[in-house]
Amino acid sequence: MNADADADDRSPAPSWLDALRVAAMFAVDPAGCAGVHLRAGAGPVRDAWLAYLRAALGPTRLVRVPLSIDDDRLLGGLDLAATLAAGRPIAQRGLLAEANGGVLLLAMAERVSAGTAARLVGVLDRGEVQLERDGLAQRHTARLGVVALDEGQGDEEPVPAALRERLAFSLALDGISPREVRDGGNGLDGGAALSIEDAQSVGEAVAQARLRLAAVSLSDEVLQALVSAGAALGVASLRAPLLALRVARAAAALEGCDAVDEEHASLAARLVLAPRATRVPGAEPREPAEPPAESPAEPPAEPPQGPPPEPPPAAESEPPPEPPPDDADDTPPPLDPQMLQDMVLQSALAALPEGLLARLKTAESARVRARAAGKSGAQQKQGTRGRPIGVRRGVPKRGQRLSLIDTLRAAAPWQGLRTPPPGARIRVEPDDFRVMRLRQRQETTAIFVVDASGSAALNRLAEAKGAVELLLADCYVRRDRVAVLGFRGKGAELLLPPTRSLVRAKRSLAGLPGGGGTPLAAALDATAALVDAVRRRGETPLVVLLTDGRANVARDGSGGRARAEEEALAAARSLRLSGASVLLVDTSPQQAPQARRLAEAMDATYLPLPYAGADTVSRVVRAGRG
Amino acid sequence: MSRAFPFSAIVGQDEMKLAILIAAVDPGIGGVLVFGDRGTGKSTAVRALAALLPPMKAVLGCRYACDPVDTRARCDQCPTLKDAARPKTHMVPVPVVDLPLGATEDRVVGSLDLERALSQGVKAFEPGLLARAHRGFLYIDEVNLLEDHLVDLLIDVAASGENVVEREGLSVRHPARFVLVGSGNPEEGELRPQLLDRFGLSVEVSTPTEIPMRIEIVRRRDAFDRDPEAFAERWHAEDERVRRRIIAARKRLAETEVPDAALERAAHLCLKLGTDGLRGELTVMRAARALAALDGVGSVGDAQLRRVAAPALRHRLRRNPLDDAGSSVRVERALAEVFPA
Repeated sequence: MNADADADDRSPAPSWLDALRVAAMFAVDPAGCAGVHLRAGAGPVRDAWLAYLRAALGPTRLVRVPLSIDDDRLLGGLDLAATLAAGRPIAQRGLLAEANGGVLLLAMAERVSAGTAARLVGVLDRGEVQLERDGLAQRHTARLGVVALDEGQGDEEPVPAALRERLAFSLALDGISPREVRDGGNGLDGGAALSIEDAQSVGEAVAQARLRLAAVSLSDEVLQALVSAGAALGVASLRAPLLALRVARAAAALEGCDAVDEEHASLAARLVLAPRATRVPGAEPREPAEPPAESPAEPPAEPPQGPPPEPPPAAESEPPPEPPPDDADDTPPPLDPQMLQDMVLQSALAALPEGLLARLKTAESARVRARAAGKSGAQQKQGTRGRPIGVRRGVPKRGQRLSLIDTLRAAAPWQGLRTPPPGARIRVEPDDFRVMRLRQRQETTAIFVVDASGSAALNRLAEAKGAVELLLADCYVRRDRVAVLGFRGKGAELLLPPTRSLVRAKRSLAGLPGGGGTPLAAALDATAALVDAVRRRGETPLVVLLTDGRANVARDGSGGRARAEEEALAAARSLRLSGASVLLVDTSPQQAPQARRLAEAMDATYLPLPYAGADTVSRVVRAGRG
Repeated sequence: MSRAFPFSAIVGQDEMKLAILIAAVDPGIGGVLVFGDRGTGKSTAVRALAALLPPMKAVLGCRYACDPVDTRARCDQCPTLKDAARPKTHMVPVPVVDLPLGATEDRVVGSLDLERALSQGVKAFEPGLLARAHRGFLYIDEVNLLEDHLVDLLIDVAASGENVVEREGLSVRHPARFVLVGSGNPEEGELRPQLLDRFGLSVEVSTPTEIPMRIEIVRRRDAFDRDPEAFAERWHAEDERVRRRIIAARKRLAETEVPDAALERAAHLCLKLGTDGLRGELTVMRAARALAALDGVGSVGDAQLRRVAAPALRHRLRRNPLDDAGSSVRVERALAEVFPA
C-alpha cells in the first residue's frame, strides 16, 4: 500500500535506531513479518544494515535472488542434465524451497516483474511452493521472509504493490548519513543488546526472542487498538494490522517480555501502519469524526478472548446482506481501550511527515504508475511464451522449453553408434537437444496524445474526449494497452503510462483540465520518447494525436507562434523517423492548414474531426492498426 | 498443505460465501469469479471450501475418479475395468485444485509420462491438473495474470467438460468437469470479456469498513495463525453444520421447484437489464434453485431471486468497459423495478 516513489521526499528520515530495530524484529520472526521493503541505494548504510541483519539472523540462511531468475530456478523444475544422465526425471528444487526457514534477499526489487512478484506472493501466503511444471507435481514447504532491496529513484516503477503489501516493514535508509551509522547504535533504549559493534549479542538476543515468541501473549485491547489505528489512518487492507500484531509480538519477545504492552504496540503502529497511511486523521473534515465516533462502539466486540461460539455471520444464508456480526453483544470492556487506542494512534501519527496529504497526491500517482507495471520485463522473456510454432536445435535456457519428443527423435538414429551409459537405454547428447519455438501475439499499445490547450478546449476538447472514449472501448475488445499523454500550458504530461485498465484511462482523461498554450513540440518529443519505450518492450506503438495544430509555445516554454510551429514541425519529422503509425485528429473548428502540415511532416493519417464524428475516428484507428 | 482457515469462521463477505455454497450444491452453475481488493479473504474462502465438502464416491482404480453412477461422464478406461457395470468404489475427498501461476501447459492438460518414456520407452499419459480437478473445483488465484493461452484452454475445457490432449504424440481424451473458481484484483488488469461470461456467478468483495468487524477479522485470523489446529477444532462444529447443509441441499435440489411465476420474473429482470443471450436467465434460475435448496424451502420464491440476481447477472450486462461503477447499481435498480417492495 505504501506509496513511495520518492523515498526521501515522503517520510522523514527514520533514525538508524529504528532501522536496527526493524532488522532485529524481522530476524525474530522472518516468516511472520514476511519481510522488509528496504528503500536505499547501494552504499555503506545499506551494507551496514545488511551486515547487522546477518548478525541478527545468526544461523538463519540469507539467500540472494538475482533479478533475472527464471521459473526453473525460482520455483524448481526438471534438472535436465541429471535427468538425462540418470534416465529418469530428477527434480531440482527452486530457490524458494531452498530458502525455507530463512530469508530471501531480493536484489533490485524495483525491477522485478509482476509475474515473479505474484509467484513470490503466492509462496508467502501459502508457506509452500506448489510446483506444477515439466511433468512434475510437487510441494515444498517454504516459510520465509523477504528483504526487497529497492534502489528505485523517483520516477521509476516501484516494487509491485502486491508484494509490498505483504511485507511488514518499509524502511528508507537514504536519509541516514554514514556517520550516524558509525556513531549510532550504541546506547539503545532499555539496555537491550542492540548494538552494531556488538553483532554477537544481537544474534544472541534474537535467538532467545525466538524461543520466547510463541509464548508472548497479546491482549484483545492491543488488538483492537492496532486495528482501529489502521482504520483511522485509512489503511484499507486488513493485512496491515495483522502484520502489526506480529511485529508487536516480536518486539515484546525481543525485550524479554511475556506480553505485548503499549510500547510494543506503539512501535508496531509506527513502523507498520504509519508508512501505509493514506490519510491523516483530523486532516479531512469527514474522517476525524470516524475514529472517535466509532471508538465508543468498539469495545462491544465480545468477551475478551473472543471464542467462537457466536453465530458465524453467513454460514447460514438466511441473514440477508446485512450480517449481524459482533456489534450485537454489548460487553463492557475490561480495560480502557480508548486510551490505548489513542496512544497507538498518536505514535503512528508521530511518524507521519508534515504536509502528508499534499504528498499523498503525488504518492497516489506513483501508485497508479506501479499498477501499470503489469508486464514489465516481458521483453527479456520473448520467445518463452505463446503458441508453439515448431522446434529448433538448441539447448533450453532462459526459460525455453525442451521438446522432449523431438530431442529423442533426433537422438534415435545415432543410438547404434553411441554406447548408452549403464542402466540407461538411450544416450542423448547436447547436440540432440531441440527446443520449442513459440510465437507471442504482438501487443499493441495505443498512445493517446490529447491537446488540452485553451484553443482546443474552446473548440472541442469534450468531443475529442468522446472520441477517445470510443477508441478505448475498441482497445478493450482487442486487449490493447493504452497510454494517455496530455499537453497544455508549458509542457506535456504522461497522464497514464501504458496499462490495460481502461477505467483508469477514462478517469485520467476526464480529469484533464483545459486551458493554456499549445506546447506541441514538447508533446511530440514526449510522444517520441514513449513510442521508443513501448517499442523497447516489444510492443507495437500506435499514436493517436488529437490537436488543432496551432502551436504557440516553444520547447523552452516561451511564447511565439512562428518559432513554436517551426519546432513542432521539426519534432513531427523526428517522430516520423521513429516509424510509429500516427493518426492525427484535427480538432479545429475549420480545417486548419497547420494540422494538415503537421500530419504530412510525420506521415500521419489526417482526420478532421468536424466531419468525422466519434464513430469514424474509431473506424479509422481500427483500419490504421492493420 | 497447511491447514485451511475454517469456512464458517470467515467474517462478513456474505455474497462470496453464498456464491461458493451455491456452486457446491449445484456444480453446473458454471463457476464463480471473485474480484476485489487485496486482503479481503478471497483465497481464504476458496481454500476453506476444500475442508467443507463432503467426500464423494468414485470408481476404484480410476485415475480420474469417475462417478460410478453417472455412466455418461466416464473416462474411456472405466468400461474396461473388471465388473464395469458395477465397479468397486471408494470414498475420496472432493478435489479443490490450485492452479498456481507459473504452471506450465503440460502440467495443466497432462502430458507424456516422462519417467516411463525415459526409462522404459513407453508412451504413457500423465494426467494433469484438469484431470485432478474432475468432479471438483479448479481454483485460479490472480486469474487476470494468467497467460492468455492457458485461459483459452481453460475456457474450452470448462465449457465442454472434456479435456482433449493432442500433443507429444499422445491422443487422449478424458472427462474434466469442474467448477472454475477465479479470483483477482481488477486493478492489476481486466479479464477478457469472453472469459468473464463463462463464469456463472460473479462476486465483488471489498474490505469491510466497520471497525468492529475489522477487529473481529483480525482477531480470528490471528488466533488461527497462532494455533491453526486449536482454531479449526473450535470451529469444527460450525463447519460441520455448513457441510450438513450442503448435503441436505444437494438431496433436495432435484425436488426443488421453479414455479412459472419465478421464471417469468427472472426473464423480466434479464429483459430489463438487456443481458445477452439466455445464459443469464438460466444462471439466475439455477442459482435461485440451489439457494432454495440451501434454505430448505420447496420452491423458488422472490427472496431467492433477489439474492442471486446480482451475482448471476452483474457481469453479463452489455457493458460499457469504461463505466467503472455501474453494473451492481444497475442490477439493484432493475431489482427494485421488477420486485416492487
